[in-house]
Amino acid sequence: MPGLTTQISIRNFDFYYGKYHALKNVNLDVYGRKITSFIGPSGCGKSTLLRTLNRMYDLYPDQRAVGEILLDGRNILDRNVSVNELRAKVGMVFQKPTPFPMSIYENIAFGVRLHERLSRVEMDDRVEWALRKAALWEEAKDKLQNSGMSLSGGQQQRLCIARGIAVKPEVLLLDEPTSALDPISTMRIEELLNELKEDFTIVMVTHNMQQAARVSDFTAYMYLGELIEFGVTDEVFVKPKMKATEDYITGRFG
Amino acid sequence: MSSTRQGKLGDWIFFNLTRFFALFVLLMLGGTVASLVHGAWPAIERFGPSFLWSGEWNPPMERFGALIPIYGTLATSLIALIIAVPVSFGIAIFLTEMAPVWLKRPLGIAIELLAGVPSIVYGMWGLLVFSPVFAKYAQPMLAATLGKLPVVGELFSGPALGIGILSAGVVLAIMTIPFIASVMRDVFDVTPPMLKESAYGLGATTWEVVWHVVLPYTKVGVIGGVMLGLGRALGETMAVTFLIGNMNVFGGFSLFLPGNSIASALANEFAEADSPIYAASLIELGLILFFITFVVLSLSKLLLMQLSRRGGLET
Repeated sequence: MPGLTTQISIRNFDFYYGKYHALKNVNLDVYGRKITSFIGPSGCGKSTLLRTLNRMYDLYPDQRAVGEILLDGRNILDRNVSVNELRAKVGMVFQKPTPFPMSIYENIAFGVRLHERLSRVEMDDRVEWALRKAALWEEAKDKLQNSGMSLSGGQQQRLCIARGIAVKPEVLLLDEPTSALDPISTMRIEELLNELKEDFTIVMVTHNMQQAARVSDFTAYMYLGELIEFGVTDEVFVKPKMKATEDYITGRFG
Repeated sequence: MSSTRQGKLGDWIFFNLTRFFALFVLLMLGGTVASLVHGAWPAIERFGPSFLWSGEWNPPMERFGALIPIYGTLATSLIALIIAVPVSFGIAIFLTEMAPVWLKRPLGIAIELLAGVPSIVYGMWGLLVFSPVFAKYAQPMLAATLGKLPVVGELFSGPALGIGILSAGVVLAIMTIPFIASVMRDVFDVTPPMLKESAYGLGATTWEVVWHVVLPYTKVGVIGGVMLGLGRALGETMAVTFLIGNMNVFGGFSLFLPGNSIASALANEFAEADSPIYAASLIELGLILFFITFVVLSLSKLLLMQLSRRGGLET
């Protein structure tokens, strides 16, 4: 396809929880400035795959990855890669909003301070930039010093997105970002993702197939730790190559 | 019909019984204060408020002042907290964030066992094992380093006796560490993993996650743990008695000097309090300790209210 650049390529990738073989020989390319969705029934490994992209599994000693994940041509599974720097390039948003116990302003400044030294004015600008990008500025500009926890659920999730992009990552990982939100908040987040893909590569796990069909450019269907089908979203949904994919998206199982 | 009526009667009895138990706590508290005030009354009448700042403790002349035991109690507890809080914090972080799984459980159990060691054991260990070593190595070292500083130096001067306010404070710290550490570990453990992962996901190090996210999230529990430790330090009797030196004369501000604490004065002198005014003075000391504990508790509640108002956990 023209105009596509590969941002992340996953090669011969296997993942283990202790002895349990959770991902089996996954090969997948994530394209730059596009939205890629991972779909599949619970336990298929879609969240596991997402969490390898910023090496979140590193926190847990019995989890192990084998294979290659190339980000800008560099294998991020390599021991020499600093996870702190990797995570500055690959941000993450979770199933539930997780504002830090501090003010709205500090929630955003916190991540920026980990990687950059900014003056007061530059930091103010960065916070405003991130909040505008996350479509939260108008609602939050008068209460930046209030606790992040004083916002509504949907606003908190947009705060978490703002916090993620404030660090200026290349990739944004979203793990079922709207599963704890009401339909209106969900719609706002989906609109937001559409705007954010101008600047960021987005990888999203969702168990909501309509959501995958609505927002993503590429869709990967996974089942029992294997990647069954991967392609342009319209094709995966309209004329899937695999019978298993078709069964899943037509609701015959899952 | 009769069964519902019985149910109602049962509810009524249950309600009143639980209410009685709850009010009983207030009654006990009031009774304790009242009997302390009553017992201390002769001393309160005779010495007035000057009892609080008089440094004289002279049983033969029947002149009593509480300054030295108050100072000893506060100083030893403060030293204990200054040492115990950072150490406990380190233990709790290691146990919750860094320790490998096989080490977590034995270490956690060891800490809980330490909390169960009777204080008299700490006292004997402190006097027979700790204090000679402390006098021989630690005190000369402190005198040679911190003792040379301009103002602080005053605190670390004088003879290295092995017993005194500093020794008592250090042993108190060792005794309070298990309490503070196990409370901190428990509250750090209830921090939602997703919240921690959010901070790790931004590229934060373990230290940054603990300091900026876990600690603010758990501050109520952490302060509670510190207060539990402080409560134990303020009221600790046996271990302090063994180590503080039980001196009722103020010899200077050096922490190397022996002193006395309220609890240890009470334990040592009650049996010898032959005159009514002596006994009343000791009871007034008890009243003061009660009051100090009350003030500490109230201050911690105020601190927590202040913290939650400043944009913490309220929604």
